[in-house]
Amino acid sequence: MRANLYLILAFMFAVFLSPGSVTASDGVFNPETFTLKNGMQVVVVSNHRVPVVSHMVWYKAGSADELSGRTGAAHLLEHLMFKGTKSMPSGEFSKIVARNGGSENAFTSLDYTGYFQTIAVDHLEKMMAMEADRMTNLVFDQKEVDTERKVVLEERSQRTDNDPASILREHLNAAFYMNYPYRRPVIGWEHEIRSLTVDDLKNFYRRWYAPGNAILVVAGDITADELRPMAERTYGKIPAAPEASRDRPSEPAHKASRTVELADARVSQPSWTRSYQAPSQVTGIRGGAGTEHAIALDVLSEIVGSGSSSPLYRSLVIDQKLAVTAAISYSSSGMGPTRFVFYALPRTGVSMDRLETAMEAEIKKILNDGVSADQLARAKTRLKAEAVYARDSLSTGARVLGAALASGRTIEDVETWPHKVDAITVDAVMEAARAVFDGKPSVTSLLLAEEPK
Amino acid sequence: MMRRGFKIMALLVFVLMLPVSAGAAGKSIATANGGVGVKRVISPGGIEAWLVEDHTNPVISLRLAFRGGAALDPSGKKGLARMVAALLDEGAGGLDSKTFQQRLDDLSITLRFDAGRDRLTGKLRTLTENRDEAFKLLRLSLTVPRFDAEPVERIRMQLLSSVRQDMEDPDTVASHALAARLYPDHAYGFPVDGTENSLKAITGDDLRRFARDRLGRDNLFIGVVGDVTADQLSASLDGLFGDLPDKAKLTRITDTTPKTDGGISVVDLKVPQSGITFAQVGLKRDDPEFFTAYVMNHILGGGGFTSRLYNEVREKRGLAYSVASYLYPLDHSAMIMGVAGTANAGVSETIAVIKEQWRKMAKGGITQSELNDAKTYLVGSYPLRFTSSGTIASMLVGIQLEDLGIDYMEKRNGYVEAVTLDGVNRLAAKLLDAEKLTFVIAGEPVGVETTH
Repeated sequence: MRANLYLILAFMFAVFLSPGSVTASDGVFNPETFTLKNGMQVVVVSNHRVPVVSHMVWYKAGSADELSGRTGAAHLLEHLMFKGTKSMPSGEFSKIVARNGGSENAFTSLDYTGYFQTIAVDHLEKMMAMEADRMTNLVFDQKEVDTERKVVLEERSQRTDNDPASILREHLNAAFYMNYPYRRPVIGWEHEIRSLTVDDLKNFYRRWYAPGNAILVVAGDITADELRPMAERTYGKIPAAPEASRDRPSEPAHKASRTVELADARVSQPSWTRSYQAPSQVTGIRGGAGTEHAIALDVLSEIVGSGSSSPLYRSLVIDQKLAVTAAISYSSSGMGPTRFVFYALPRTGVSMDRLETAMEAEIKKILNDGVSADQLARAKTRLKAEAVYARDSLSTGARVLGAALASGRTIEDVETWPHKVDAITVDAVMEAARAVFDGKPSVTSLLLAEEPK
Repeated sequence: MMRRGFKIMALLVFVLMLPVSAGAAGKSIATANGGVGVKRVISPGGIEAWLVEDHTNPVISLRLAFRGGAALDPSGKKGLARMVAALLDEGAGGLDSKTFQQRLDDLSITLRFDAGRDRLTGKLRTLTENRDEAFKLLRLSLTVPRFDAEPVERIRMQLLSSVRQDMEDPDTVASHALAARLYPDHAYGFPVDGTENSLKAITGDDLRRFARDRLGRDNLFIGVVGDVTADQLSASLDGLFGDLPDKAKLTRITDTTPKTDGGISVVDLKVPQSGITFAQVGLKRDDPEFFTAYVMNHILGGGGFTSRLYNEVREKRGLAYSVASYLYPLDHSAMIMGVAGTANAGVSETIAVIKEQWRKMAKGGITQSELNDAKTYLVGSYPLRFTSSGTIASMLVGIQLEDLGIDYMEKRNGYVEAVTLDGVNRLAAKLLDAEKLTFVIAGEPVGVETTH
């Protein structure tokens, strides 16, 4: 997030984490893996078409691992990682990357934090040495923390406070998750960003930034045999540290439906969403749907709510002419409990009540009419094609595998995903649908234009 | 474009990953010595396409562009090019919108069109096994689009929604106002998306006339990358594009210079952070000093975390999360543009810092070490652009549009290397003019007022 390009995670989770192909090579990305003595896992995805590599380090710590009252620590720390270390002056890291023709960035999410450079393979070891250096030798300077805090507050304004839809989403998250830390914004609450101390940042860094809690992923023009000695010379020199465990509170079963509403004069296009508690591949819903339904839910959302040929879009947008767009948002790939979201934007002149009634009818229709074998087969074909397209890019494998390992899944989970999709039956889809939204409480959000006074 | 492009879809994804630059190098056909193996393919009927064969994956990417874009939209019908682009894949030939879209979906074919100021562009991506059907759908969309009433009204409604949402966004509001200010009597002054009124005024006849007149073989440029041979492509081109008219009917646009008077305009918008845009006269793509300007701008405010603007505005002062400048050449004009987002209270300081950096570079130039660093970055990172078959295909189209030569990818780093310290400093002194740098701010900036 050092740069300012909107690369939405939907891209990674919805599309690329759905590589559903069963091909001759069988796996999806066919990575190699080994572990250094200090516990750092290494993953290699070879791709020899260009003499370039994508070098990524993922930490198994995101905003959901922050201490209560210290939101924004994971993200502000990520910004500070571009400042100095004991042996490297502030700002030098980026200069060296640029001088070597590399591009770089970093990202913070709920479940992990990652750093990467894309660069000619000749310069890989230099990048590894620098990345290993800042894993343990970061210098915390009060003045730099204060300046970077200002940058982050500007980032927060740009992403959230300038945009009513983002403000509402923040409130929706806080309402939806009553206890699980996904209720807190990744970037942090403004007042807590302002109050973060150098010690807060140091504590997060010391607790989570260690080889045993990190994953190295290199994709590109290199093999595991070539990478291993380089990894041992760089990351391998870092002493092992005591393992940090991610003790997150769990989410209770929701027993009441709620509505979150924001009316703002700036809003020109209202929107409607409804979220149900849903399992991810890693975490089931307490007293509700288990992880065994996760992949079937991926398939269900692909069938019913993906694209302009989906039943949801056809009914609400084309046939009933109530919505500008309508779709489902779900991904099985998070670490914690997740949600299955129906959403739509009403056309001008269509009331929220009318849109809501129509959407509720669509949800009932799924439960009553089910999905057909033909719809299922078509969805599987699309998912298979996505896998071929995913392999077309060098960085995709690195991102998918890194995200999986950093959020509690395994390489096998990624590689066998296509087989699991292929095994999904109509019955499995319907069982998952019933488990998630048949008579279950939900949280509805309404973004409204403020009535003129 | 609209169907999947809605803001709301992105906003609802529950993991907010803060953005990552799309920097990863993916597939490239670039070899160590810079040769990329671009082939000029000419069909029996005389249609030309540039091809990079790559059989690693069973994927074919085709990109195309027609010269002439939204700048040619008739008065009162602004947004026409973009509306046509959004409708070309909404039904064609014997296939109505639903059937057409279902066919694309079932075969996992991506077919999209878009329009910019000077072009209408298209992209097609397919698995090799569906090549024939993909090519057929592309042909139908270009030659016999239907513009049925249902999709026309649906897409119009989506475009209207999108235009209204844009008016909430300070960056977009500021950039529209800047264009209007720099090009008050010129087609470049209007938003590519049109306005509520202009979109409502577009008729089915307007759409059909556009499709009939504006898509000709003479203004078409094609790039293809992936799992197809030159022979296969050559044999397909006439079927794909042969039904298009020989010549497109394009109205003329006059060359123009942006009216940069060094003033400041404020557009009132109730937001905590102002969107700041700024511009001055730039260089066109065919200017002999284009690469000198490119290197100069990289040091001033270009990409990455090392530019002077990035350091002064963000790293030293924490005034903004994003700040950058870029060259913005058009077919009939050219600008150097910039953007920044700053808390309302910090706007006047940010403007002062940007102007100071402008003056400093005009007066003092750059250092040899800045030049060396910029060159090693720009040369070394060029291969990283070859990220996917689609990106390369799009570069093939761009190179043809600008008439840079089929060996451009091999020569490009040489052009960067040839830029000299003297060259940059002379150009900076001649071109960069802080007194003419014109600002438009959308927000509630403190202590900043419209200057006239």
